[in-house]
Amino acid sequence: MTGQMFVQHFFNALTLGSLYALIAIGYTMVYGILRLINFAHGEIFMLGAYFIFYTGSLFNLPWVVGAVISIVLCALCGIMVDKVAYKPLRDAPRISALISSIGMSFLIQNLAIVVFSGIPKPVVRPDFFVKIMVIKGVRILPLAVIVPVVCFVLVLGLLFIVYKTKPGLAMRAISKDIETTRLMGVSVNRIIALTFGLGSALAAASGIMWALRYPQIQPLMGFMPGIKAFIAAVVGGIGSIHGAVIGGLILGFVEIMTVAFFPELSGFKDAFAFILLIVILLAKPTGLMGEKIEEKV
Amino acid sequence: MMESKKTKNLFLNALLLVVVVGLLWWAPENLDGYKIQILNLIAIYSILGLSLNLIYGFTGMFSLGTAGFMCIGAYVSSLLILPEMQKDMIFILEPLNPILYGAHAPFVVAVLAGGVAAAIAGLIIGIPVLRLGGDYLGIATLGFAEIIRVVANNIPTITNGALGLKGIPAYANLWWNYGWMFFTLYVMYRLVNSNFGNALKAIRDDELAAKAMGINTFKYRVISFTVGSFFAGIGGALMASLLTTIDPKMFMVIMTYNVLMVVVAGGLGSLSGSVIGAVVVTVLLEWLRFVENPITLGSFEIPGVPGMRMVIFALSLIMIILYRPEGVMGNKELSWEGLFGLGKGGKDHE
Repeated sequence: MTGQMFVQHFFNALTLGSLYALIAIGYTMVYGILRLINFAHGEIFMLGAYFIFYTGSLFNLPWVVGAVISIVLCALCGIMVDKVAYKPLRDAPRISALISSIGMSFLIQNLAIVVFSGIPKPVVRPDFFVKIMVIKGVRILPLAVIVPVVCFVLVLGLLFIVYKTKPGLAMRAISKDIETTRLMGVSVNRIIALTFGLGSALAAASGIMWALRYPQIQPLMGFMPGIKAFIAAVVGGIGSIHGAVIGGLILGFVEIMTVAFFPELSGFKDAFAFILLIVILLAKPTGLMGEKIEEKV
Repeated sequence: MMESKKTKNLFLNALLLVVVVGLLWWAPENLDGYKIQILNLIAIYSILGLSLNLIYGFTGMFSLGTAGFMCIGAYVSSLLILPEMQKDMIFILEPLNPILYGAHAPFVVAVLAGGVAAAIAGLIIGIPVLRLGGDYLGIATLGFAEIIRVVANNIPTITNGALGLKGIPAYANLWWNYGWMFFTLYVMYRLVNSNFGNALKAIRDDELAAKAMGINTFKYRVISFTVGSFFAGIGGALMASLLTTIDPKMFMVIMTYNVLMVVVAGGLGSLSGSVIGAVVVTVLLEWLRFVENPITLGSFEIPGVPGMRMVIFALSLIMIILYRPEGVMGNKELSWEGLFGLGKGGKDHE
């Protein structure tokens, strides 16, 4: 493999890893607060891609406006999902909420098939994203630079919200002890809704960029990235935002580099993430950045 | 008093068996192929539901790997019953591995082999993964099922890759399917009502307390998982022969969701609940097809919406978990006393 090839693969891996990281953050935030795997998160990602497609093709809105609308709509969808499927089950056994989230994921997927039709749609990309630049013989899509940068900015923004603002403080408090936080006069349900909104907005951002990078969208496109991003969150240590970013990047690199170095394995591409997951769980059950979980007696 | 009750139950059970056997005689002559197919699917979904209920309902391990074990069972058993001529016909891109080419077995052995292969896979995956608890286990088993599917898609000399296997002999008729179903039911009944079953329920209710009582929880979890995998493999093998064609796409996560729906609808920790769940889910899935056809109400014509069936199916799953999380049966069993309203409802699994 030449150096130029390696640089190209490096940028591909960085792009894919950033996209995984953005979805993984949503999982990790919800899991940190509710101890719930939100299986419907991958579907929000898919909706993000569809909304940008429709704002562009139906209403001919400028691309940036479409992206903002898509992110806002997805945040609302995320909050709706929480209201409908999880809020009534706050006091039920955790497994009920998990099954409810599987049902929700299933529901959104099939609604999408009914509403958007199951036929894959090609996404039209603005020229400046895909005009290939050649730098010292390395051919790079502008997207491969834009995506990691946008991802970095979004994560910084999120970290600011979580660590420097009052609602962020409440979020961190809830993840430690929901009951005590409620007693302190925090409107827990509102903070949880905010968490779902923020996580879904990031998933939407990821979905939009995914649609630009791999310009074909279909209703089941959220499933695989969703599951892989969850794996990224677990690998990084679920509950930790830094962990989600690190996990996402690791996953992106593992996936791209294995195929780059061993092209004969490309058929097994989708299995790498799961093998990585099982290896990490066995070596370090709480993930790379995870906190120790004490067993309650 | 106890004795007479026991005799009565035995008598009623025998009567039920006679009725079912009579129905199995009667059905092929008098029902159309579609209804028979539904009856067959009910038996297979019962086996799958019982398998998941042992792992999840009785031992409390949230596993999402059913489709993976089914996949193993289906491929192993199908390769054993496919005639050589058919193997020549379907393996066109890459030839079948010569060992598998010559391998043959009668149907019952093939199905058992499918179950055993799935059980071995369950043991191999179970030993490392069952150290994890709760949600991690669910995700790890889901991942395992997905790996199985990806591998099946990529070893053409064994599985024929994405093309799958076609023309599998349709041995799985009502007799085989219901025979296996009753066998599964019997094994499960004996298992969960033994000391072994009590240990499983103790682990489900409070693992730490069970450990403190001196139960080797890890061993029990692994055995429960392996037995559950065995029956998932059996279910997969029967389904392959019933549908006569399989490919890796069939064993996507949605298959696991269907089985999960059977267990949740029927009741976690109830054997009779799994059978009822299988009836409800299979019939609902078929019956819902009407929403995809145009409906005429007087002079109105409501156009059919393709895909609507699964939307309603997903909605029902959410409705069940929101409004009746314990399913039809909860963790109770259907019993004759309960049916006749003599006792205080069904027998509890406590």
